[in-house]
Amino acid sequence: MPEAANPIAAPLEEVARKHIPGATGIEALKRLSGGASQEIWSFDAATPSGAVPLILRRAPGGFRDTGRSGTAVPLETEARLIRLAEEVGVPVPPVRHVLTEEDGLGQGFIMDRVPGETLARKILRDEEFAEARPKLARQCGEILAKLHTVEKSKLPPLRTATSRDEVEQYFTTYKQLDYPHPVFELAFRWLRDNAPQTPELTLVHGDFRNGNLMIGPDGVRAVLDWEIAHIGDPMADLSWICINPWRFGNIDMPVGGFGTREDLFAGYEAAGGFKVDPARVKFWEVLGTLKWGVMCMGMASAFLQGDRSVERATIGRRASETEVDLMRLLAPLTGKE
Amino acid sequence: MQDQPSAIDLIGAVSEFIRNHAMPQLKGHTAFHALVAANALDIVKRELEVGPAANGEELARLKSLLGKDGTLDALNRELCARIESGDMTLDTPGLRDHLWATTLTKLAIDQPKYSGYRRALEEKA
Repeated sequence: MPEAANPIAAPLEEVARKHIPGATGIEALKRLSGGASQEIWSFDAATPSGAVPLILRRAPGGFRDTGRSGTAVPLETEARLIRLAEEVGVPVPPVRHVLTEEDGLGQGFIMDRVPGETLARKILRDEEFAEARPKLARQCGEILAKLHTVEKSKLPPLRTATSRDEVEQYFTTYKQLDYPHPVFELAFRWLRDNAPQTPELTLVHGDFRNGNLMIGPDGVRAVLDWEIAHIGDPMADLSWICINPWRFGNIDMPVGGFGTREDLFAGYEAAGGFKVDPARVKFWEVLGTLKWGVMCMGMASAFLQGDRSVERATIGRRASETEVDLMRLLAPLTGKE
Repeated sequence: MQDQPSAIDLIGAVSEFIRNHAMPQLKGHTAFHALVAANALDIVKRELEVGPAANGEELARLKSLLGKDGTLDALNRELCARIESGDMTLDTPGLRDHLWATTLTKLAIDQPKYSGYRRALEEKA
């Protein structure tokens, strides 16, 4: 059977027996997705009281290549952050076990498999989520407020990225990609001229958006993918979920295509978040939009260097989407927003 | 002069074939990638339709803005350098209009259904 043929099945079964109470074995092991920096496996631990749904998040082949994804934190750090976030009331998948050397599975951790949906198109359109949708923006604000209260003294080592650091990081990447984008130059210039002082630096999730939120008919159930968490401006998390690509066509619902900034900010402030600074939020929205644009350029570059994926090639052609978003932010045609 | 059907018509036919005949027979990831491939052909088709005239107009605007001759690539690089240095800003006569015209053309080719593009067209009207 596939489990037997899979080289991780035997060590994973051993780990489950040791660390999941009552586990006698594992079932339904399957790879969910993969990328340069992670493998995600879904499996059930069989116990006398029933199957326990679990996820193994593991470095590809067991080891995370930090050279390739310079901003990704080690998986042990990710597990630690999830536990710290849980302590302050952020909904997360509880971490069951952090892999050790003797487990023989490389670096990674096992967490609960939280049921729900991450696909924006379903969350924004399916009847199942109709009642949840109007509540999501406020919930996101409340969750981010809690996330930003994690005590810094408890945090594992993380990179610090101020507004200026982030602008320069993406400017360097943009220059390396070596293709002229006058609109991106305009945005970089604006960001340099308008980089805010960051009065408070906190834990920042860094990728808080549709796709990384497990959502059920009752609302947000878990915040996933803590891979690029860092110390930064908390306003960055409030902006990233508002950039137009994450609205999936619902342009008048700036928060992830499901809600308003008013609800997001009200939830954030009511749950003890910092006072929302609209100028800083706009700065991060411009930077977030530009970041996605530079990432699209990176896809084009990877394609030209020999990765013949048609999908990657067409994502390269989506840089222009961020250009129209940037023009609407920086040189609006109507004078509004 | 090439014979009929034109490159635009050929690409349109292949795109329709993928979407209407091949895709329904495919499953999972392969079906998804077939759709992506059809979308890529649609970009090529629109570029063949719109690109030549639009590139000519862009080049004319760049020459007038920068006051010099050159290729599209060279003049775009020059424009980038001048924006980066702060030599040209949104207050520079012609720059805002040029960037909007160029951006809207790119979207007309790449993603004419994109929400930000459609909204910009409404705002422009």
